[in-house]
Amino acid sequence: MTTAAEPAASRREASPVLAFLGRRIVGAAVALLAASLVIFAGTVLLPGDAASVVLGRNGTPAQVEKLNHQLHLDKSATHEYTDWLRGFVHGDLGNSAVGMAQGAKSAPIWPLISDPVKNSLILALVTALFMIPLSLGLGALAAVYAGRAVDHAVSIASLAAIALPEFVIGSLLVGVFFVWLDLLPPVALIPPGDSPLDHPTKLVLPVATLLLASLAAGIRMVRAGMVEVLQTEYVQTARLNGLRERWVLWRYAMRNALAPSVQVLAQNLQWLIGGIIITENVFAYPGIGSTLVTAVGNRDVTVVQSVAMMIAVVYIGLNLLADFIVMLLVPRLREPA
Amino acid sequence: MRSLFRFLRIRSGAVGLAIVLLVVAVAFFGRYIAPHDPNAPVGVPLAGPSSTAHLGTDFLGRDVLSRLLYGGRSVIGLALAATVLAYALGLAIGLIAGYSRSKIDPILMRTIDVMLAFPPLLFLLVLITGAGTGVGILIIGVAAIQAPSISRIVRTATLEVSVRGYVEAAVARGERAFAVVVREVLPNILAPVLVDAGLRFTYSILIIASVNYLGLGLQPPASDWALMISENREYISLNIWAVLAPAAMIALLTIGVNLMGDAIARSLGRSYVPRTTRSVPA
Repeated sequence: MTTAAEPAASRREASPVLAFLGRRIVGAAVALLAASLVIFAGTVLLPGDAASVVLGRNGTPAQVEKLNHQLHLDKSATHEYTDWLRGFVHGDLGNSAVGMAQGAKSAPIWPLISDPVKNSLILALVTALFMIPLSLGLGALAAVYAGRAVDHAVSIASLAAIALPEFVIGSLLVGVFFVWLDLLPPVALIPPGDSPLDHPTKLVLPVATLLLASLAAGIRMVRAGMVEVLQTEYVQTARLNGLRERWVLWRYAMRNALAPSVQVLAQNLQWLIGGIIITENVFAYPGIGSTLVTAVGNRDVTVVQSVAMMIAVVYIGLNLLADFIVMLLVPRLREPA
Repeated sequence: MRSLFRFLRIRSGAVGLAIVLLVVAVAFFGRYIAPHDPNAPVGVPLAGPSSTAHLGTDFLGRDVLSRLLYGGRSVIGLALAATVLAYALGLAIGLIAGYSRSKIDPILMRTIDVMLAFPPLLFLLVLITGAGTGVGILIIGVAAIQAPSISRIVRTATLEVSVRGYVEAAVARGERAFAVVVREVLPNILAPVLVDAGLRFTYSILIIASVNYLGLGLQPPASDWALMISENREYISLNIWAVLAPAAMIALLTIGVNLMGDAIARSLGRSYVPRTTRSVPA
């Protein structure tokens, strides 16, 4: 039984989970590093240095030089980049370029964005809370009734919703629920210091916008996965064994349809990040998306860098999380290839 | 290529095409029947529909209908330019990666993996921060977002085609690599590569309109459907048509293109999953 090859083989089998995770974590780290390069290069290396852009046409050369010095932008690009990245990793986000240009001695970024970060997280969590069960439920419903009226209704509605940009969906919802029905507020201005959860009516339209725009892809994928699984032999066998249909559906079919769906849900959550940037602006919701767009408009380079990097971390982190959950759901992946 | 038109036999595909043609006609020829100058005030701001302004006036008193008839060309034109540029880039990268069979291939593909891990809308916003608002940067940015996933498909198709007899024959005849790629490989990979062109076009429309809506693309006083929505959004309760009309036009356009895309994919026996193929989703 013992051969020379066995120790090597068993070592490989010892921790496929760890090996898998290790590969993915290294991949995510590389992606993050690349993201930081893109963000830095995109904001700083393009023509026009940050200080003169922020100061505008009226900035004197002396002012430009002073601001560049204050923002530590007067060193070599590599030096600036490593300084910025080291600061970000240690939680030191630096100063707002626009704040400094307006003459403030210091304009630290974190206090500017800590409330928006919390508000955006709340918006994302509330949306995800509805999105996951709704896409699983509606997708399964469409699959069970494949080819019948329910399926067509769900499919057509999701095809229409998928085609619409968030700002169109949001505007249409405001038109219906504020102008015509006068039920819900048209904007989601949350007073500074308040939690959005204290203003539930203001959250309804932003969450509905994000749901309408994001549900469709998930529903379509869950439906496709379920249709496939419902035709497999083990589902047929379970049915022929006389198991109740609901039991077959949830216990047998759902789990196997879930693995591809998890990836789509993760993609959806990632996509939610882009959606949130736009939706927050539609409803003037004081989140990180509004902050980012304002900073881009003012060309506040340092704020854009920090916020963009945070978003990239969440985005890439979600990908990693999805890989991990899929691995837990599909034992096959845990075995060595 | 004829198979690409088989989608017309599916009812939703024909409906989609009709909608798209209608919107395109409005976008490109509407300006010739516009009753007013899109930038001239014709009455009090935010008045409701009347006989002079059939959809009312916007926040500066300009005629909403005229701006609507002028405002489609930028939506479609910019998206078309970005999509064409994306295909040019994607074809170039994919053909080089797929045909070179050298170290260039893994280098290009790993770079693309990394690009795909970056949120697309964020990429655009970062570019705009660095380069300022402008039509050029918008087109280049959206093309750069889409090129990676196109080049992946091109590469796979190229790998498949380049082992076929006719390509090997051309190589054996001593034709130069460039000639082989252009004459033998390219024509034979076009169909699979162009299948999701509609999907990519919709995506270009979505993201360009979104950036315009955020006020970071086209600048006032341009007539543009997305810009019209954001300019009048605050006053939606005064003249709802100033928001609803351009929103409806964008909705018709993207739904029409999506119906077509769905029908094309189904007529080729593929499943159509919009948005997730966005490397992307915004």
